[in-house]
Amino acid sequence: MATSSKLTSSNRAGWLFALPGFGLMVVFIILPFFFAIALSFTNQRLISPNPTEFVGMANYKSLLGVGMITLEPERDASGDIIRDDSGAPTYPKLRNFTRKNPDYPKLDGMREWTSWQSGENRTYVLARDVVFMRAVLNTLIFVLVVAPVQGGLALGLALLINQRLRGINVYRAIYFMPVVVSIVVVSLLWRFIYDGNNGLLNNILSSLTFGAFSPIDWLGNPDTALGSIIGMSIWQAVGFHMVIWLSGLQTISPTLYEAAEIEGSSKWQTFRYVTWPGLRNTAVLVLIVITMQAFALFSQIDVMTSGGPLDSTQTIVFQAVERGYGKQDISGGSTISVILFVIVLSISLIQRWLTRERR
Amino acid sequence: MALVSPDNRGLRLATRYAVLTIIALIFCFPLVFMIMSSLKPSEQLLLDTASLRAFLPIGDISLDNYSAAFKRAPVGLFVFNSMLVTGVTVVLSLLICSMTAFSIVFLNWRGRDLVLSIILATLIVPFETIAIPMLLLASKLPWIGLDGFTTGWLNTYRVQIVPFIADGLTIYLFVQYFKDLPHELIEASRVEGASWGQIYRRIVMPLAGPVLATAAILKFLAMYNQYLWPLMVVQQEQYRPVMVGLQYFFQLNIAWGEIMAYLSLITVPVLAFYLFLQRAFIASIASTGVKG
Repeated sequence: MATSSKLTSSNRAGWLFALPGFGLMVVFIILPFFFAIALSFTNQRLISPNPTEFVGMANYKSLLGVGMITLEPERDASGDIIRDDSGAPTYPKLRNFTRKNPDYPKLDGMREWTSWQSGENRTYVLARDVVFMRAVLNTLIFVLVVAPVQGGLALGLALLINQRLRGINVYRAIYFMPVVVSIVVVSLLWRFIYDGNNGLLNNILSSLTFGAFSPIDWLGNPDTALGSIIGMSIWQAVGFHMVIWLSGLQTISPTLYEAAEIEGSSKWQTFRYVTWPGLRNTAVLVLIVITMQAFALFSQIDVMTSGGPLDSTQTIVFQAVERGYGKQDISGGSTISVILFVIVLSISLIQRWLTRERR
Repeated sequence: MALVSPDNRGLRLATRYAVLTIIALIFCFPLVFMIMSSLKPSEQLLLDTASLRAFLPIGDISLDNYSAAFKRAPVGLFVFNSMLVTGVTVVLSLLICSMTAFSIVFLNWRGRDLVLSIILATLIVPFETIAIPMLLLASKLPWIGLDGFTTGWLNTYRVQIVPFIADGLTIYLFVQYFKDLPHELIEASRVEGASWGQIYRRIVMPLAGPVLATAAILKFLAMYNQYLWPLMVVQQEQYRPVMVGLQYFFQLNIAWGEIMAYLSLITVPVLAFYLFLQRAFIASIASTGVKG
């Protein structure tokens, strides 16, 4: 950076040049960021006749509140377990514990999230906001699948494109093409591909299996909807990271490859001991960028499924928008934003720690 | 390699191209489908998805969907809005971000290092985490315009432009580029009595061609494809950009032919622009990575 000679030191000119850009960033990035934190402790709405009130941790409690309860099966007068028609034990209704039961004040208002059998008893995990829990879980699944798969495929494509072949630039241009197309447009097109009746994917699969494949409504089925969105998202963005890998590959000195060839190293060995170490910094960058992009998952959901079916594609940002904009509940939306930021920050810190230089 | 017979080499080469081509088809087919479908009546379009006909311009081919799309929605207005918002944001962003970076790299002033670290710290704040409080902010911000003093930025062009002028990535790109310019040049000009404004205008910016192209392309893509923000802040047709205008085609009976025409109309110009300048596009993405 500039030496601190008198020629270049000028407080007035320095601030004058920096202020427009820095000022805009303060107003439109830094201020809203601190607003989000402050608003998450209030009951602020977009438009409201009532004054805004401080509500403490109430927003966080209503989003993140979880509880657990283990219930014993119901028994008749003689102590035998009452079983239903299929022979499964019956349990008291959860409602008895979560609706104004003075013995269980913490569980008030919660709903069943998941449950499992433990011996005769059944353990229930309850959540105050089951949909939000679903959204967090879906987002984490999305990130955990997309980050390695998209990063890996992008690296594969970059290695493929890095060959010296006539016309290779044409292929590179085509692989990158979906990146310049809006994700909204892409999502709409893929609705045709995933369509249950006459979708392209079903037709391709059934002709490949000579009709043995029975059509699936990819986006209408809770088991396949999130996977379908993952597939499409990777298709759209993989070219972007291919280019980043490619620029990393081109920084590796050709003499290293020549040396490896002279030593008679196999293709795998060359990749393992020459290419991969040379890509370290690129790998960290790709991982962090994909993770951040993946956490922001919204447009695909909004265009393709609106969070359905059965909340199987709810995501954190979709929930934030549904509350903050849809229900005009700014404080609720802000709380979700803060939770998202904390998750993104912790994940990127963990990633940095895992990928740190080891001595 | 010398032991490999010519035939074998030819075969290997053919395999390589086959693999490359199959992958290329995977990346192409939805876009080919879009363009072909835009030429077909809705009923035929839906039937054709059952076969390879989906990718071919056969059957009842016409431009009817395009004229129908223009009748259904003010397509021209949406395109104009998107162009205006994107164009103005790109120009202002290049100017203001380059000035900030210029000041950070070439000038010495109190608070400079702190400002730079704050700017870099914003890179880990995804837009989605500030969108909701920004919605509240946008609904309350004041403005002095032709019609005097008003509050609230919702349903305007400025709400789509001003928040996106300055961003950490653009400033970072300029900072990285400026660092590599020879500082002696700037100091020599100072000795000769050039003002900072002159140095910015006459010396630094004329050398900044490559980074200007990079920053412009990245900003263009981000702005033209924006969805979440305009969805929240623009309800009036008058200010809607293309991606939000899509909603017009999902009212009552969904006419897929018209939707495909609209999608082609808003996508093909960008694709053409990309294919024309593809080296610059790819170089600009690559440059975000090299020094990261």
